[in-house]
Amino acid sequence: MAYKIIGKDLTPPDIEAKVTGKARYAEDFRADGMVFVKLLASPMPHANVTNIDLSKAKKVPGYIGVLTADDLKQPKDAGHAILTNKPAFVGQPILAIAAETEQAAAEALDLVEVSLDPLPFVIDPLESLKPGGPNAIEGGNVANRKGVKFQEIKWSGKEFAIAGDETLPKGTTPIDWSFGDLEAKFKESAVVIEETFVSSANAHHALEPRSAAAYWENGKVHVWGSTQSSSFAVPSLAKYIGVKPSEVVMVSEFCGGGFGGKGYAYPVMAIPAFMSKKLGGRPVMMRISRAEEFYNGSARAGFQGWVKIGFGANGRVKAIDAFVVQDNGPTGGFWDFRNFGDASSMVFQPESMRYRGIPVLTNTPPKGPQRGPGENQTANVMEPMMNKAARKLGLDPLDLRLVNAPGGGGKNSKFGEKQGPVTSAYLKEALEQGAAAFNYREKKKTSGQRIGNKIRALGIGQAYHSAGGAGFDGLVRITPDGILHIHTGVGNLGTYSYMDTSRVAAEVLGYNWDRCVIERGGTKANMPWNLGQFGSNTSFTMTRTNYAAGTACKELLLEIGSKVMGGTPDDYTLSDEKVVAKSGGKSITFADAAKKAIELGGKFSGAEVDDALNPMTKASAKALGGTGLVAAAKDKLPKKGVVPGLAAAFVEIELDVETGRVEILDYLGIPDVGTVLHPKGLAAQVRGAAVMGFGLAALERYVYDPEYGRPSIRGLYQAKPPSYLDVPAAMQSLYVKGATDPQNPVGAKGVGEPIMGAASSAYLSAISEALGGHTFNRVPVVADMIINHLNGLAPSHKPLQVNCQ
Amino acid sequence: MSWEVVKNAEINGVGMMMPPDPADDFGHEPGTLEVAGNILGIPESWRPPTMSRRSFLRGVICSGVVIASSGYLFSSSPANAGAKQAERLISLSVNGRKHRLDVAANETLAHTLRYRLGLTGTKLGCNRAECGACTVIIGEQTEYSCSTLTMRCQGKNIRTVEGVAQNGRLHPVQQAFIDELGPQCGFCTPGQVMSAVNLLEKNPKPTVDEVRQALSGNLCRCGAYEHYLNGVMNASRRA
Repeated sequence: MAYKIIGKDLTPPDIEAKVTGKARYAEDFRADGMVFVKLLASPMPHANVTNIDLSKAKKVPGYIGVLTADDLKQPKDAGHAILTNKPAFVGQPILAIAAETEQAAAEALDLVEVSLDPLPFVIDPLESLKPGGPNAIEGGNVANRKGVKFQEIKWSGKEFAIAGDETLPKGTTPIDWSFGDLEAKFKESAVVIEETFVSSANAHHALEPRSAAAYWENGKVHVWGSTQSSSFAVPSLAKYIGVKPSEVVMVSEFCGGGFGGKGYAYPVMAIPAFMSKKLGGRPVMMRISRAEEFYNGSARAGFQGWVKIGFGANGRVKAIDAFVVQDNGPTGGFWDFRNFGDASSMVFQPESMRYRGIPVLTNTPPKGPQRGPGENQTANVMEPMMNKAARKLGLDPLDLRLVNAPGGGGKNSKFGEKQGPVTSAYLKEALEQGAAAFNYREKKKTSGQRIGNKIRALGIGQAYHSAGGAGFDGLVRITPDGILHIHTGVGNLGTYSYMDTSRVAAEVLGYNWDRCVIERGGTKANMPWNLGQFGSNTSFTMTRTNYAAGTACKELLLEIGSKVMGGTPDDYTLSDEKVVAKSGGKSITFADAAKKAIELGGKFSGAEVDDALNPMTKASAKALGGTGLVAAAKDKLPKKGVVPGLAAAFVEIELDVETGRVEILDYLGIPDVGTVLHPKGLAAQVRGAAVMGFGLAALERYVYDPEYGRPSIRGLYQAKPPSYLDVPAAMQSLYVKGATDPQNPVGAKGVGEPIMGAASSAYLSAISEALGGHTFNRVPVVADMIINHLNGLAPSHKPLQVNCQ
Repeated sequence: MSWEVVKNAEINGVGMMMPPDPADDFGHEPGTLEVAGNILGIPESWRPPTMSRRSFLRGVICSGVVIASSGYLFSSSPANAGAKQAERLISLSVNGRKHRLDVAANETLAHTLRYRLGLTGTKLGCNRAECGACTVIIGEQTEYSCSTLTMRCQGKNIRTVEGVAQNGRLHPVQQAFIDELGPQCGFCTPGQVMSAVNLLEKNPKPTVDEVRQALSGNLCRCGAYEHYLNGVMNASRRA
């Protein structure tokens, strides 16, 4: 289908502000009389606060007030406190001090005397599972926000003894599912591989620390915050603060990176609001440092795991038996571990599978979703094993993947525990088209050969992420000047999906893009209830809402046409921003139709809206009432099955056998996105995800001192996200041709996450290929691991050791 | 109009991810503010809502009045927090305009720019010379303004991202970054712009590798490096 706006490289309306420095992030706002708050962070990984002495702090000139855990409601079980008297990780905020200047706040903070009673702590999940092992928080060691209640689970000494130091013990787990006859399928397998693995945690380290400011006025709390999602953050922040969502005025014009770590509101975002409340509404600014961002900015969950995979002689995956222990941090965390089961089932389409998983609490920063949470760890674990299996089977690694990859649209593809349907799948085509463009077969002839001290090798990666939802709302408005205002609550993470999904409403109405305005940036934009900007979900989900709103607007325009010019709506069509009689002759402009809508009122002007809409959307539509033709609509389009965001990637590396250095020579990423909404935006995601993926696979460290439970990766120079010099200057970005998602009105779905896991796992597969099929079963793979292996030395870590590199 | 309950969207089909909100940890009922309010007895809404500090500052700058001390701490290091530094009046040239400012001896240029002059285009990503978001041009050299003392910038020409566009026209680097979709989240962009502008002034026709080297002190967590590189090459061709 030929589109006018979809698939075009439009200029995002906010981008000029980014290159000129005019873009205002949370910390760039100012208010008269603003005071400053600073946080006192726990120096211990687990402790009880027994006393807080503020007598000296209060004498600092400029000291205004303190906020402590006693002022705030405390969450139950493994909830994530805003301030706490029971810190469960180094860096957890205990109290906040406000002062006239930030300097005074810092000085006062230095003079606060906090007495802490240290408690046993744990940074290795397996230690907590041992009989008598420490619990990260009082009363339990296992919890997860998705379906695992707070509880204590200890495995028996026997289970640990049987496993030994080198393999994963396998005790009881709260999650345990299977399908198919696992035992029989392993029996009929030609090759079975079995590995123990570790996937390191890593910090999000978004470049903008999560600074926030707030004040109260006329009974409402005004917050400047850094969040990926505008609509979604409002009820979330309201819940943290304890007010009604309608009492939150939120400004979220720009977000300096989130990667999952700022999906909603988050606990520290509420601190300025609480402090301001204490100060009678006075504006409070909280600037967050890089170290505080490490503590409060969440991290990808680490895995310790075991997997056994059975392959038929042709490479078909007959059975997967997987077991994952997740480092959950000290709170409810995110369900990365569960996604191991889902992602493996989707990418490899096994004939039988068992999945077991347990999320274990540790005294490390709270874990949250990070780009491909769980799915990308899965890719990094599984893809190098595919290379190992391919060698044993005598197959090319590409052919082994082609045998298993879901393709042909996904009609025969199955997903997860229930082996349910998917909306579309073209991973096989991604592999085929990508291999052709990468000249894989030709390059493969020399892959693995050593020339001098360098080995060149190819790697292939694949990844999945659930990439679509339904049931949210869209809201558009035509003002009497004929301009289309597309209201969005998607957020401004930097993917420009707020624009790319909004354009669908313009497309439905046949608008010229320069006559459209996107209304965004917080509650003042009168947002509809939109899904958050996360989970690769925006493209699929919010094109549907904008299609629904555009279609509703179209219906209202046609009806207005019939009211003005006679006949029925069916007698009219839309053309060139006019309602035109099909029979020719008569027409009215959209501008005039908008004026008429105001005159007609009711459903035309936003005064009456569909009762099925979310309360947020209803409030926004009513607030806009009378300003033009207001069309709000809920996405009621049918949706059945999981929307699989899928991607494949190809990489060529050169590994230096003397230094262990790996250089990426060539890269190609090819996602299955269905219809491309914004070609340049897609390319930016494909390449940016690859950069982040290479960081995950090769560079980004997560090191804790086991003696004192303190981190040594709080700074960017320690964690080491990739720089210009760590990645190729040019990387190929393609997309699967001929793909479309039939359950999306424009055929689109998202891919920001799996394309990262495809890149990172391709890199790891290439290392495996370069080292003759060796798998480190550990992420990241750093130079000393390569050097030790090449020299026949034992690795510097034990197989299940964590937080060590 | 209030909308107390914002319900989750319908979950259609299998496995649709509708994430539990971590804010639910608190079990707050809507409208139950738990914090003890108003400890100082200040009436709510005392603040004049229309006047931002920024516009206030701008007014002051334009009228040429010496700017008073800002409330911000210029170092994140607590070791410096106690060190009260006497402020001294200095003259600073920023984007071709002279400012007379009271500046403390240990005050960083990033601090002065952002919090005294209201030039918030210069970003602080780390405040310790790791990320490059605070890059400015001093004289003919890029510097991390988070790690440069303002006192040492007297008599030098400082340029920030706000001073790159001339007469309302974007610098070729800025235009090329737009054309190549350089920025994603945009937080590192001002620093990337400054490094690129400085490079092209010194070396108008750089190779791709020279651009990589010149910009390698500017981290981008979104990984938009190739798009920035293409932008610099594109700007170089245009100039």
